[in-house]
Amino acid sequence: MTDTITDSLLERHGLTREEYQRILDALGRMPTLTELGIFSVMWSEHCSYKSSRVHLKTLPTTGKRVLQGPGENAGAVDIGDGLAAVFKIESHNHPSFIEPYQGAATGVGGIIRDIFTMGARPIALLNSLRFGHLDDPLVRRTMAGVVAGIGGYGNSIGIPTVGGEIAFDESYTGNPLVNVFCLGISRADEIIKGTASGEGNAVYYVGAKTGRDGIHGATMASAEFDDKSAEKRPAVQVGDPFMEKLLLEACLEVMRTDALVGIQDMGAAGLTCSTCEMASRGGAGIEIDVSHVPQRETNMTPYEIMLSESQERMLLVVKKGRESEVERIFDKWDLHAVHIGQVTTDHLMRVKNRGDVVAEIPTRALTDDAPVYRRPMAEPSYLKEAQRLDVKALGAPLTAREAFVRLLASPEIASKRWVYRQYDHMVRTNTLVLPGMGAGVVRVKDTVRALAMSVDGNGRFVYLDPFLGAQLAVAEAARNVACAGGLPIGATNCLNFGNPQRPDIMWQFARAVEGIGVACRALDLPITGGNVSLYNETDGRGVLPTPVIGVVGLIEDAEKVVRRAFRAAGDVVVLLGDSYDELGGSEYLSVAHGIVGGMPPALHLIGEAALQRVLVDGAAQGIIRSAHDCAEGGVAITIAECCFDTSYGVEVDLAGVAGENAGDRDVSTLYGESASRAVVSVSPGRVDELLALAAAAGVSAATIGLVGGDRIRVSVDGRRVLDEPRAAAEQIWSTAIEEYFERRRAIA
Amino acid sequence: MKFAVVVFPGSNGDHDSYYAAKHVFGQDAELVWHKDTSLGGADVVILPGGFAHGDYLRTGAIARFSPIMQAVKSFAAAGGPVIGFCNGFQVLLEAGLLPGAMLRNRSLHFRCEHVNVRVEQTDTPFTSQCHVGQVLSIPIAHGEGNYYAEPTVIDALERNRQIIFRYVTPAGEVTDAANPNGSVHNIAGITSETRNVVGLMPHPERACELAVGSADGRVIFESVISVVASRMSRSVPTAVAAGVGVLAK
Repeated sequence: MTDTITDSLLERHGLTREEYQRILDALGRMPTLTELGIFSVMWSEHCSYKSSRVHLKTLPTTGKRVLQGPGENAGAVDIGDGLAAVFKIESHNHPSFIEPYQGAATGVGGIIRDIFTMGARPIALLNSLRFGHLDDPLVRRTMAGVVAGIGGYGNSIGIPTVGGEIAFDESYTGNPLVNVFCLGISRADEIIKGTASGEGNAVYYVGAKTGRDGIHGATMASAEFDDKSAEKRPAVQVGDPFMEKLLLEACLEVMRTDALVGIQDMGAAGLTCSTCEMASRGGAGIEIDVSHVPQRETNMTPYEIMLSESQERMLLVVKKGRESEVERIFDKWDLHAVHIGQVTTDHLMRVKNRGDVVAEIPTRALTDDAPVYRRPMAEPSYLKEAQRLDVKALGAPLTAREAFVRLLASPEIASKRWVYRQYDHMVRTNTLVLPGMGAGVVRVKDTVRALAMSVDGNGRFVYLDPFLGAQLAVAEAARNVACAGGLPIGATNCLNFGNPQRPDIMWQFARAVEGIGVACRALDLPITGGNVSLYNETDGRGVLPTPVIGVVGLIEDAEKVVRRAFRAAGDVVVLLGDSYDELGGSEYLSVAHGIVGGMPPALHLIGEAALQRVLVDGAAQGIIRSAHDCAEGGVAITIAECCFDTSYGVEVDLAGVAGENAGDRDVSTLYGESASRAVVSVSPGRVDELLALAAAAGVSAATIGLVGGDRIRVSVDGRRVLDEPRAAAEQIWSTAIEEYFERRRAIA
Repeated sequence: MKFAVVVFPGSNGDHDSYYAAKHVFGQDAELVWHKDTSLGGADVVILPGGFAHGDYLRTGAIARFSPIMQAVKSFAAAGGPVIGFCNGFQVLLEAGLLPGAMLRNRSLHFRCEHVNVRVEQTDTPFTSQCHVGQVLSIPIAHGEGNYYAEPTVIDALERNRQIIFRYVTPAGEVTDAANPNGSVHNIAGITSETRNVVGLMPHPERACELAVGSADGRVIFESVISVVASRMSRSVPTAVAAGVGVLAK
């Protein structure tokens, strides 16, 4: 027992005096040091969601396809044929700044474990990344490390990285965002839960040995960064994808035996979190003896063993009498399955060390009864000013051509080939849409179906209006999936924000969650799980508030999948949706004037839902031959991107948008980022069918031109404003990011 | 006919090779665990892609000690067709079934993309249905595919016509720009002196259906299926049978 719990001891554990009092009340006595450590990680923001929980509760989480909502290791939706898609997104932001390669790699490892823990075979990875500007060598180093780490882990374990997105803003310089999404397939009736029950059932520890790495990783992820952060490097773990590959195969084999009661990976807060969460979910107690835990280092204390975040470890509860069967399978894979304890009925988490009790805590105190805060909120003072935008006051607009070239070269828009070709995106031979060609799409073998998936978020929009910006993120992710022909059926979110103890940040968070809820309800899109990452600040400066939404869509016929690129000369180009004079928060403003300002584009959710229906039906009926969502860079960039990776040019005439920025009419028309739009192509014989489909859904559809030639020609109201060779435009777009890194190498 | 796909711990292309043999080409196929000592009467052996034993130490370096490799060596010595894709190629190099070694890609980056390879020789069981100069679009996915051997070894490979695939432009020209990893002489794949063992860095098993981007890899499977089928129809006992028992489960 510790004699005195000092303020500095509490501070090192990220606990307040009030929280300490709650610990005293829960235990009815003073905690041991081990118990204090256990409380500190379980009550950390990362594990307890104490600041976010009251808001997250408002999200829609049910629906006729939902098999598993939030609260388990991952969510699951029914995809027909008796199968489930199991998926989730998670962040690994803080570790990725401190040690980019390992931080990102272990992020991939963690989300993969969450998926196979549910009994699903992981078949696809996506990632959503945010960095500062690539001019900064530190940013390039971070990005190169993160990309190599994601590849290093995913490539080795053999799960394809089939898509993702990357955006750049100065606010992410000292705090990159690394959000990783994984999707797996399981039998719908064989989903496995992270639960411990049945008195006397054996608790097994499987996988890598426990070391001192990552102790207080969860606490680190719950604090801001400062110039001392580099000293926290030992709190970042090292990944071993080979070990995880063995675990993956062995666990899936064990799951087929029906000898398991439950299983959970040891992620954040390691052995502590997995034991108390499993017991709490199962309404049981759990008792383990840490002296049985395989250890990589000598003289580890119970405190260290319980708090270690060493990677590639799993906790299993095995039915009594089936132990040898399970041990045999792990033995085949040369993995040690060690019996470290058993399930009890006393609702306590009891930790022993060679028989001596070193911690005994009611499991509920660590899980359901953890502190929940309704933190104070206040509208940020920057907001009104930032939302005001007088485009004319910004000075002369760029010419259409200047803007076109600069936007194509902007890392935000430019091809991400330098990145995705470092990822194995084809292993498992399911990848129907190669990266860069739209949403990630994988077929589901043994069925005729395919799944489309997309992760999206726009920090600028959320910064300017959290409620609207978050809705736009949901809409964009769902629209991307619909462009591929996928009916959006489920979503997961990763909410990256600053310090929740600041009322303005908390306000951003709450408004964004409200926005997600509103959009998900309107689009009939349940949120089945996700992750919150707070304290994304360095030296008191927060990142752009960045909710990232992952959406999964179902394609009934894998042969009907639609890609971004035009397919044939003579095809007719149709713009679906309405365009307005909306430059707020656009990439154009960022590139041309270096500002993030104005109001994000308006979003009409009913119209958005209708557009998505047209995209899905048009794909299913084989009418739409290519489809691409209008996002950063507006319709002009969208049309150009439809020409890339093809040998076709295009000639289109757009109706000019009218509005208060009349002086920038061309700019608004070409580069405004109005929501709920997509550029599609159809063969000439089927234009009427598409127009009828759109009309029936109440979606505007304008025939704007034809695919063909070798130039990208765009007019506004009949006046030619862009006339660029396709090949030259593609060259700029496809090499822009690579050049930042090649230049770096030349200097080095 | 039966394909054996060897599964090392860390293999990740085993499913893809199995799927191609079994479901795309409708052949018998079996996954054979690396601790087994028998190939179960297989007619063709595939060493799949992946990261056998984590590729720790060196790619393929530990896999060569797996018990199954004795059976693979006997099978190859008896003339049985053996092919290694990517990591499987690396294992064949380490096992001494093919000459040479792999270095890290000269870019120092893992590279995954479709590349063009030119068929140089057609007198191997895996290229019998190709024609010389045929250009195939097949994906690569590797970080260490930069093939190297001493100049004398390369000379011998060239002299014996053991280089069977080279990285080329879409038009079939050998250029430096078409070389994705820095391999000497743009080598993408080689065969043994006996011509029945083939290793290549590209992944033909990932290029068997247009839906996943290319069907140019089919010809490699079709070649070996046709060679083995014609041996069978002539009822010549396949060399394969030599020393091979029933797969112990």
